[in-house]
Amino acid sequence: MIVEGKQKIWADYQKDIPDDHYFYVRSCIRQSFFPGSEVTFLDITRNKLGKDFYESAYHTTCGGIAYHSDSIPQETAMTIIARQFALMHESGYENYVCSCITSFGCYTETLETWHEFPELEAKIRQYLWDSCKKEFAKPKYLAHASDIIYKFRHEIAKQAKYKLVNVKTGKPLKVVEHIGCHYSKMFPSKGFGGAEYPHVLVGMIEAWGGEVVDYPERRQCCGFGFRQYFIQANRGYSLSNTYKKFESMEPYEPDLIITNCPGCPYFLDRWQYVIAEQTGKTYGKNGYGIPALTYEEVAGLVMGYNPWDLGLQMHQVAIEPLLEKMGIEYDPKAKYKGINNKELGTPINPINIKLI
Amino acid sequence: MNTHKILIIGAGPAGLETAHQLKSLGLTPIIIERSDKIGGHLAQWDRLFPSSDNAEELLERLKEQVKDVEIKLNSRINHIEKEGDIFHVTLSNNKTYDVSAIVVCTGFDLFKAEKKQEYGYGIYNNVITNAELEKYFKTHQDERIDEPKRIGFVHCVGSRDVKVNNTYCSKVCCATALKQACEIKDEFPDADVYCFYMDLRMFGKGYEDLYLKAQKDFDIKCVRGRVCEVSENIEGKLVIKAEDTLLGTPMKMTLDLLVLMCGMEKAEGVERIQNMLNIKSNSDGFIESRDIFTGLNLTKERGVFVAGACTSPKTLPETLAEARSAAIEVFKYLSIEL
Amino acid sequence: MIDFGFSISKSSHIKMDDVDLKLFNKLEALNPDIKTCMACGLCTATCTAGKFTDVSFRQIILMLQRGKEKEAVEKVKKCMMCGKCMLVCSRGINTRNILLSITRIYNEQNI
Repeated sequence: MIVEGKQKIWADYQKDIPDDHYFYVRSCIRQSFFPGSEVTFLDITRNKLGKDFYESAYHTTCGGIAYHSDSIPQETAMTIIARQFALMHESGYENYVCSCITSFGCYTETLETWHEFPELEAKIRQYLWDSCKKEFAKPKYLAHASDIIYKFRHEIAKQAKYKLVNVKTGKPLKVVEHIGCHYSKMFPSKGFGGAEYPHVLVGMIEAWGGEVVDYPERRQCCGFGFRQYFIQANRGYSLSNTYKKFESMEPYEPDLIITNCPGCPYFLDRWQYVIAEQTGKTYGKNGYGIPALTYEEVAGLVMGYNPWDLGLQMHQVAIEPLLEKMGIEYDPKAKYKGINNKELGTPINPINIKLI
Repeated sequence: MNTHKILIIGAGPAGLETAHQLKSLGLTPIIIERSDKIGGHLAQWDRLFPSSDNAEELLERLKEQVKDVEIKLNSRINHIEKEGDIFHVTLSNNKTYDVSAIVVCTGFDLFKAEKKQEYGYGIYNNVITNAELEKYFKTHQDERIDEPKRIGFVHCVGSRDVKVNNTYCSKVCCATALKQACEIKDEFPDADVYCFYMDLRMFGKGYEDLYLKAQKDFDIKCVRGRVCEVSENIEGKLVIKAEDTLLGTPMKMTLDLLVLMCGMEKAEGVERIQNMLNIKSNSDGFIESRDIFTGLNLTKERGVFVAGACTSPKTLPETLAEARSAAIEVFKYLSIEL
Repeated sequence: MIDFGFSISKSSHIKMDDVDLKLFNKLEALNPDIKTCMACGLCTATCTAGKFTDVSFRQIILMLQRGKEKEAVEKVKKCMMCGKCMLVCSRGINTRNILLSITRIYNEQNI
């Protein structure tokens, strides 16, 4: 591997995004899958970096799930997006940042489509007026939330309490990065680092002390695929893709997987349980899995947030081996306690993959 | 007649052969070359398809023919001014020439393999280009080529590909790939050699024989399907994916060496010359001939001629034949029209 | 093991690293003309049995090279040995002899 070759591509695929004043929109599913991620993002940007990130209680889904499941036409999805842009405009913002990769793909696709077909934009403008009596302005800058963390990765490193380093051996943790398909596969120029060797997560791993693992199936989709997952009989496709990735990364013995998509960390996490219970195989050491985390969770960990405040107890794969490697102090008894020490209940330990 | 000077831009095969023919016709050609070497891409090549003829010998022959011709190396054109039918040419060293005709023989550039990012050229150690393999055949020095057991060739790299804005066929890569495949098999007889092609365009005299020889005598395995992506496994071996389109099934294999058959692109910097001479590009980005049937060596600009791969990808015999016909066109222009 | 109602499917990727070409190499040594196939499809287009079954000489050869031995041998069984493919082959491949060799070599191994 010649790193200089990748560095050249990274230098070519840099995008210009401002460092402040964003209208932030959440993802439909991340709040239930990774309940600490978005709140951590806002806390880091607002309180640790002192930036202005505004969110409106009136924003909705971007319609991406319905669009990708073929249950709404593109015009409907675009009108939902137009309404989001109207909220941004009404709130006095010009920079738009979204938490979800599929949203990012939908927004990028919509803006590009409007650019190519202005008559469609005019049509959507009319639809929005007819349905909501709202008018929108297109964002001046569009970013994915991982772009923001990427942009501030060195500032985060400066404030970091922990590193992506094994405190016992002093060696960098081996980290797999997994990019959501809709981040840059459709529009390579819209992603930091492009589509073949994205830099957005690699940059974070390197800034925070880890070592990036580049394995043969790195570019492979996690297999979420919307319809492939939503219908139980089709889930085998989804599972098989994740299985392919794990089989390919296994020889590198990764300590951690970091992702920037709502679906990927969910499936890279939960399918490890399904694989273990179907085949008996686990990919971490001593019967554990490999933790698959969001970039906000990893940022939170290095900055010293309490792992349970980050929502890491919501992962299927036990997080404790990673916390121990990084030397992060945690209270094992607090793992399943919610706000005000409310007992959340304790999950049953699966047969083949260790949870506790 | 011999008072007429003709400026030839480029000292590759097209320029050398044009100069030789013009000289034989009693004219005074002057060759200018921006690099410090004569021979263009031919000087980098070891053997030539279809019969693995020695490239150096051919170049020596071409050079021998122009030993009485003025050749200015390391020279660029700074300025051209046309006055009537005379071109006043100023070179980078401020030397000036008044010439009656200009023959553009600027050739081509090889496609820059790193642009096809998915092949990982410049990232994965054992991905090399056709030109680098040719250099290896000449020098036998390339640490990436170390007793390879399985070797792949990817055809059409940077050709027939809208993603790199080159939709044309580069014409020479199919034959070059099979030639190089046979040569590397000859060097490493135990290696399995695969060629990933979409169509095998073996159109010229002896090309189909080369294909048959590659299959029969060298056991080269041709797979119909383009390689979609290259990565590296933990042992540092390359992992490639392609579809075997004849079987309709995706396939995957590890390789010790992958050779990218980089196609032809317009030469970098040639637009500057085109602007000075007021000659346009065709839809593939190369220089436009007046027409492809009877005006192949002509341009829309009086007194400006073209020969070789500056107008489109060409084989060496085609380039040399075009150089000869360009000389006749120049001669005709100077003796009849002027 | 838990039944989730779905399971890991086998990848359709042909993994060339795992393909054992021992028998094919034996076949090729006996019939070197097999290497010269250029996949024109004449054999299949003209095939008597191929209109009613899935036999295809071109595909049989390719499948053997890609490790799909069982499927290939199954196809060979449907050949009527009429010799039309040998008559038309533009590379002059002795298709009849190859089909007979396949039957012998692969049957010996119970494939």
